[in-house]
Amino acid sequence: MSPRIPRKLLCAVFVLLVLGGSPLRAVEPNEMLSDPALEARARNLSKELRCMVCQNQSIDDSEAPLAHDLRVLVRERLQAGDNDHQVLNFLVARYGEFVLLRPQFAWHTAALWGLPPAALLAGIVAIVLVLRRRRAASSEADNLSAAEEARLTELLRDN
Amino acid sequence: MIAELGHFALMLALGLALIQATMPIVGTRSDDPTLISVAAPAALAQFVFVALAFAALAICYVTSDFSVLNVYDNSNSAMPLLYRLTSVWGNHEGSMMLWVFILVLFGALVAGFGGNLPAKLKANALAVQAWIAAAFELFILTTSNPFLRIVDAPLEGRDLNPILQDTGLAFHPPLLYLGYVGFSIAFSFAIAALLEGRIDAAWARWVRPWVLVAWMCLTLGIAGGSYWAYYELGWGGYWFWDPVENASLMPWLAGTALLHSAVVMEKRGALKVWTILLAILAFSLSLIGTFLVRSGVLTSVHAFATDPRRGIFILAILVAFIGGALVLYAWRAPLLKQGGLFAPISREGALVLNNLFLTCACATVFVGTLYPLALEALTEEKISVGPPFFNATFGPLFVPLLVIMPFGPLLGWKRGDLLGAAQRLLAAAFIAAVVVAATFALQHGGPILAPFGVGLALFVMAGAVIDLAERTMILRIPIGSALRRAVGLPRSAWGTAVAHFGIGVTLLGIVVVTAWGAERIAALRPGETVDIAHYRLTFDGMFNRTGPNYRELVAHFTVRRTNGDLLGSMEPSRRTFPARSMATTEAALMRRGMSQIYLSLGDPSGDGAVPVRLYFKPLVLLIWIGAVIMFIGGGLSLSDRRLRVGAPRPRAAKTQAPALQAAE
Repeated sequence: MSPRIPRKLLCAVFVLLVLGGSPLRAVEPNEMLSDPALEARARNLSKELRCMVCQNQSIDDSEAPLAHDLRVLVRERLQAGDNDHQVLNFLVARYGEFVLLRPQFAWHTAALWGLPPAALLAGIVAIVLVLRRRRAASSEADNLSAAEEARLTELLRDN
Repeated sequence: MIAELGHFALMLALGLALIQATMPIVGTRSDDPTLISVAAPAALAQFVFVALAFAALAICYVTSDFSVLNVYDNSNSAMPLLYRLTSVWGNHEGSMMLWVFILVLFGALVAGFGGNLPAKLKANALAVQAWIAAAFELFILTTSNPFLRIVDAPLEGRDLNPILQDTGLAFHPPLLYLGYVGFSIAFSFAIAALLEGRIDAAWARWVRPWVLVAWMCLTLGIAGGSYWAYYELGWGGYWFWDPVENASLMPWLAGTALLHSAVVMEKRGALKVWTILLAILAFSLSLIGTFLVRSGVLTSVHAFATDPRRGIFILAILVAFIGGALVLYAWRAPLLKQGGLFAPISREGALVLNNLFLTCACATVFVGTLYPLALEALTEEKISVGPPFFNATFGPLFVPLLVIMPFGPLLGWKRGDLLGAAQRLLAAAFIAAVVVAATFALQHGGPILAPFGVGLALFVMAGAVIDLAERTMILRIPIGSALRRAVGLPRSAWGTAVAHFGIGVTLLGIVVVTAWGAERIAALRPGETVDIAHYRLTFDGMFNRTGPNYRELVAHFTVRRTNGDLLGSMEPSRRTFPARSMATTEAALMRRGMSQIYLSLGDPSGDGAVPVRLYFKPLVLLIWIGAVIMFIGGGLSLSDRRLRVGAPRPRAAKTQAPALQAAE
């Protein structure tokens, strides 16, 4: 079910990929940059980018040829001196916003990003309001009216 | 003939469902005991007929009757018996049959074992259950009939999708559906209560066991699916925030919230209105999950639009049931009386916070899963919502939940002593702090947050142990009396502690494997070695093997410790299934304690070098073991006498009661 890995990549010589601190990757040995700092940035960017022909896989996870092309492209941009933001913008300009796994914060995604904090806030406000209202209601219930007070003292006196 | 019998049985079941859906409602309205008493026998009869239909389909599969279109499309006579049987639900039509079968099974269980329920509540609940069953039976009969025949019967079937030919996947869908559909009972009881306009603490006592069963099955089902994805998909991940996974996570989150709010309702009569809403939501999310997975809307909004019959039908079911339930709720819920008061710092307060975080987490998953679909349908704009979004939003909601979790069981009902609870958790906090410091000292440049994650996991686990220690007073009174207390402790208290401990175990697995997992990618020729963690793997060579319905290319690896001790061999393979001309990657796993070495093969190149992906997954098994522990916790809680409605209270329990109350 996984797309085939291009042959030429597999002719790559025996290379060990040392990646303490990250789970599995579909990155192939010959794609990697020699500069570890740049390579680490490329890996982090790859996790943010969607392989657009796969179902819900990042280009870092995918074995599809398109994912390979994108990984190479990301590294080329980084080597050309782009910062992370510029790389992402470049890819968005080329492939559309669909390529980003973390949607940009904009008007059309405001509801998406806004919902989790809004839900939490609304929940807290609702809980506080309900607690207050019910405490007020219960203390009202505890307070006796003047007539009840009089009746109570009468009853107590009788005993 | 058998297929036609199944078809006919399903039609009869629909007829029975319609009777079960209407008579009892009329009966409760007009106070007619004859009509009310129709509900239970109708539910049992409906179960019998759906079971017959399901059995008929299973027989068609087992006997490889390829004149039935559904069998031809999804089975093959060369498949082992187990897979021929499990392919019954390995496709759309069959899985809907399983869905309905489990739905009516639950209905029959309520009918059969609900003898001590108030007659009207039971009749109304069974009627609601029948509405759902009728809707889905109609859906199967009109749009997804598994009993259709092919005029010229082919000789051989087209096989089950190879990635589904797996023992783990044989049990994953039934468990998941037991969970999804189990929440229908809570839903039906909620609607029945709303119809009656009356609800009390006993409602929660009746509904809680069903919610618990559903929750247990869903927990195990999700964990099973996650383990299946881990070893079968070949890239070693255990959770992808895939919409299909989210579809099962949402009912789990809502169900977990429901489980906790139902406790408050049962013990203190509070949160009634909220619990009813959660019962509606948990099942609504199950329906939405079914819609997402079954309508094809996930692959593409446009694919859904080109063949919309099934999707529209399920969408109509969704709108009718969810919309109807929410309207009924808005109309009737104000009639329900509010119950018990409590201070913010109390067991109830902690459970309210639990519900707050769980529902917000659920809402986050919901919006993240559906937003891209909605946006595309409304504006044609395509965006992706992937793991970075969920990690950024779900995590911050779940971490506070885990931090407050150990406090909950240590706080008293009505008014709790936060300082006291904190003092009792001091030991847990101390353990966590030591572990955080030790992890920091030991790790070489790993992620900064990882030691805190490990600390939190230990805090959660230690908190659960302290909860039990406090209840049994194990450190304060002689061991004998402490053991007696432990035996006398309500099973639900054990269940709580065990399930909470399981959460900590899962968290520990997730943190450790994420932070300290190792990976090697290499192209190997026979005789070459590759090192990972403390292990050295030697590639010995490749050979061919033939399975019942596939051929496979197997690579043989010898595994040694780096110091040379022989540990065994691993045989990852690539399978080709001729019937579908598809290939799968079969990863090889070697367990080392709770950790695993994970080895999967790429496509061999012409020059004899084989690409391999090798992972060391430290403590990865804890992720699923934690889920099994949660399941066991649920089972303990379920076996609590007090949850068994109408179970006679033993004499001895009466005399022990004061001591137990003090312990709680």
